[in-house]
Amino acid sequence: MRELTIAAGSLPAWVRTLAGAHVPAGEAVLTWFEPDLDAQLRYASGLVLLTDRQVVSLEWSGSRANGKSGGPPRTVKQWPIDHDSEFKCKDQAGVGRLELVRQGEVLASWRYTMARAAGAHRLADRWEAEVRGEKVAPEETKAAETANIECPVCGTPSPVGSSTCASCGASLSKKAVWSLFRLFGVARKYFWMTLLGFVLTLAGTASGLIPPYLTMPLMDDYLVPYQGGHAIDPDMVKWYLVGLAGAAVLAWVLTWGQMYVLAWVSERVAADLRTMTYQHLQKLSLEYFGRKRTGDLISRVSSDTDRICYFLSVYVLDFATDVLMLVMTVAILVSIDWELAMVTLLPLPLISFLVFRVQGRLARGFSSGNRAWAELTNVLADTIPGIRVVKAFAQEDREVERFHRSNERVLHTNDRINRVWAYFSAVVVLLTELGVLVVWIVGVYRVFHHSVTVGVLTSFVAYISRFYTRLDSMSRIASATQRAAASAQRVFGILDRVPKVVEASNPIPAKNLEGSITLQDVGFRFGTRPVLRGINLSIRAGEMIGLAGQSGAGKTTLINLVCRFYDVTEGAILVDGADIRQYSLGEYRRRVGLVLQEPFLFYGTVAENIAYGRPNASRTEIIAAARAARAHEFILRLPGGYDSLVGERGQFLSGGERQRISIARALLVDPRILILDEATSSVDTETEREIQVALSNLIKGRTTIAIAHRLSTLQRADRLVVMEHGEIVEVGPHQELLDRGGVYARLYQAQFETPHGTAEDPEEEDDDDLAGAPAAAIKDK
Amino acid sequence: MPPFRLERNQRGRLALVNERGETFEDIEVVRAFPLTDPRHWISICDGAGKELLFIDNLDGVEAATRSLIEEELSQREFVPVITRITNTPSSDEPATWQVETDRGATTFEVESDEAIHRQENFRVSITDSHGIRYEIPDIRRLDARSRKALERFL
Repeated sequence: MRELTIAAGSLPAWVRTLAGAHVPAGEAVLTWFEPDLDAQLRYASGLVLLTDRQVVSLEWSGSRANGKSGGPPRTVKQWPIDHDSEFKCKDQAGVGRLELVRQGEVLASWRYTMARAAGAHRLADRWEAEVRGEKVAPEETKAAETANIECPVCGTPSPVGSSTCASCGASLSKKAVWSLFRLFGVARKYFWMTLLGFVLTLAGTASGLIPPYLTMPLMDDYLVPYQGGHAIDPDMVKWYLVGLAGAAVLAWVLTWGQMYVLAWVSERVAADLRTMTYQHLQKLSLEYFGRKRTGDLISRVSSDTDRICYFLSVYVLDFATDVLMLVMTVAILVSIDWELAMVTLLPLPLISFLVFRVQGRLARGFSSGNRAWAELTNVLADTIPGIRVVKAFAQEDREVERFHRSNERVLHTNDRINRVWAYFSAVVVLLTELGVLVVWIVGVYRVFHHSVTVGVLTSFVAYISRFYTRLDSMSRIASATQRAAASAQRVFGILDRVPKVVEASNPIPAKNLEGSITLQDVGFRFGTRPVLRGINLSIRAGEMIGLAGQSGAGKTTLINLVCRFYDVTEGAILVDGADIRQYSLGEYRRRVGLVLQEPFLFYGTVAENIAYGRPNASRTEIIAAARAARAHEFILRLPGGYDSLVGERGQFLSGGERQRISIARALLVDPRILILDEATSSVDTETEREIQVALSNLIKGRTTIAIAHRLSTLQRADRLVVMEHGEIVEVGPHQELLDRGGVYARLYQAQFETPHGTAEDPEEEDDDDLAGAPAAAIKDK
Repeated sequence: MPPFRLERNQRGRLALVNERGETFEDIEVVRAFPLTDPRHWISICDGAGKELLFIDNLDGVEAATRSLIEEELSQREFVPVITRITNTPSSDEPATWQVETDRGATTFEVESDEAIHRQENFRVSITDSHGIRYEIPDIRRLDARSRKALERFL
């Protein structure tokens, strides 16, 4: 009974209602799952409730009627279950099958699309836990209950107000323009400057309206009477002219100040946004980068933020000025002659309507324009780093063609926007001309009837032409807003993404780790695809583990989990007895050293690259690390020694040299836990030997997990862990596993034994070397 | 650092005599940090590039040996120090630079902007298309015209 209340309390309301109707009181609802296909793979709603005694399956006909809408289910079926029953999930080609199996007999099966796969796996896992006697709090369901928005694509709940899904990046709010309002949050820091800017704008706009106001009395009181033969005071004419000049100067100074101040603010907002985005990007887990394309991310951080900046500094400013100008002009016009003012404002509603109509079209145009642009950047980001492959396969023409196609797409989307835009602009111009014409007609008529003076009419025409220029430029805001909004949405798309690997709320310091690692029932899924399952392994501090197995067996995933690039989906990884998720992320990673297959060197000097993990390392330490990594002597041979620049991808160094620099890099941070991803490609024997010496210096005294390909590493490892299909199949030292004649022995034979015998000999020699030579180097530190 | 001695043999090449009295002919003297710290970290290698001796600090070496090392280094290292830029290099690639250096006036070509590298705040090094490095120890000490020519690249 107690369990029922706990479990049922965390179910969504509609599931709870159905559970109340179909599950007997006293049974605990463990979890639920919503299949969305029927047996013929047509869309149909369903609900599977798993209790501690039975499975209840509800089905509705079609996908429209379902539990949420409250319609009664078409069928209700029940299967009693016990500890001999098991659930099996099988996902294939976007469609999954969940089966209830007892002693080999399939009792029931449900079909679902991948969108529902998480639920199916959750059900299967939950039952397995139940069979094992574990008490699991149904956490996922709690999350779903508290959040207010559920992503329509992946079903992950997001907090209210997010514009994009935290998990898959799908857009939650339909209006891109809302993203723009979020920029105010970023701009808050510059509140006073912004205020100053707007005050200046107000003053500048007002000063721009002075001249026509002055021309009115100038004409009516002086020029027209003068022409009529009356005597006038020439001094006052002079003063009016001075007034006109003064107004122009004032407008100039104020506009200058206003533009400078607002540009200053917008430049800073954009810079903050760029840094924020990049900072956030750095926090996101590897999984995110795996799914996104480089070019797309680059264009979001660079060109999208730039567009926002341009929008803020140019368009928002213009728009504010325009609105002020319009309001003021209308006020002045009405105060002079309200009838004429009404005539003047006649085309305004028509233009507003047009702006409204065009806006939607432009919004779609710009968002596809941005995507086209990102695609173009993608092509560049793809082919420039891969230029060697392009050339080697003589695919230059094809790449040019690909670029050309993307460029065409950019062209097309822009053409579409321009077509709409050109038409719209022309219409606005036409309406403007018509508006002025109407004012002339009405004005002339009234001048003839002496109901307005010539001066009033001239100032009206002066105001009206200003008015329509403003209206014209104001209508431009339509496109600019949409363009900026599309960009803002893309930028916030990054910012709203919640990092999958998060810092613990109360992290324990990871300063002095011993380095013992325990993997407890570790499982990992990529989406719904299980990559690792049931990994149990305990590694002593200082032990060296070699991971062996075919590619795709899950070795890389395992080391990614130990590095905390991802978090486990099941079980836990303990280091020194504490879950690695409890350690401070930065500190933990600093205790972990990583040497990758393809060492990445940043643009900078050799010394900077070695000191990457510890930028404040002294030169003595850098040299000691390079010595231990057997890199010192070849570095001395470079033209600039440790000051030599290495390119973006370290082009000037050979593979073996890069490898040794990356070993030195790992040595310098002096990690407790070392992760080695050994290169599969072989280098010449001499280099191989140097690398082996360097590696053995690195491994000494550290807990090491190595993805081993080299025989010497395999032999040196204290224990080898052989993996197959995401599971550990064999554990033991090299020789023992060979004697056992299992998976490892097979792998080993495939890799090292040639028809002429084994390739062991030259490498055996390596091992002997390892003992003596490098010992002194590391102590130098 | 163990005691050692340098000698110049009849062919004018340097030889190293280490603390055990072993002599190594045809040695090479190399700076580990030629740009950022030329006074420290000097390595003496044999002809094949194997390190024989490493000197942390030249100041700790006795005067006669030190002057031999410095002589050798100045022979070995060709890094002209630019004192004035006489033309206005274009931003096209490659660009031609006409400069005056501590070793006299010269003209060189720079392949790309990346070859112009700001080392610290005011120190700049330029690598030409043949890999020769030119140094400007402090751009503030250049005359205004040269500085203006350079600033476009920084």
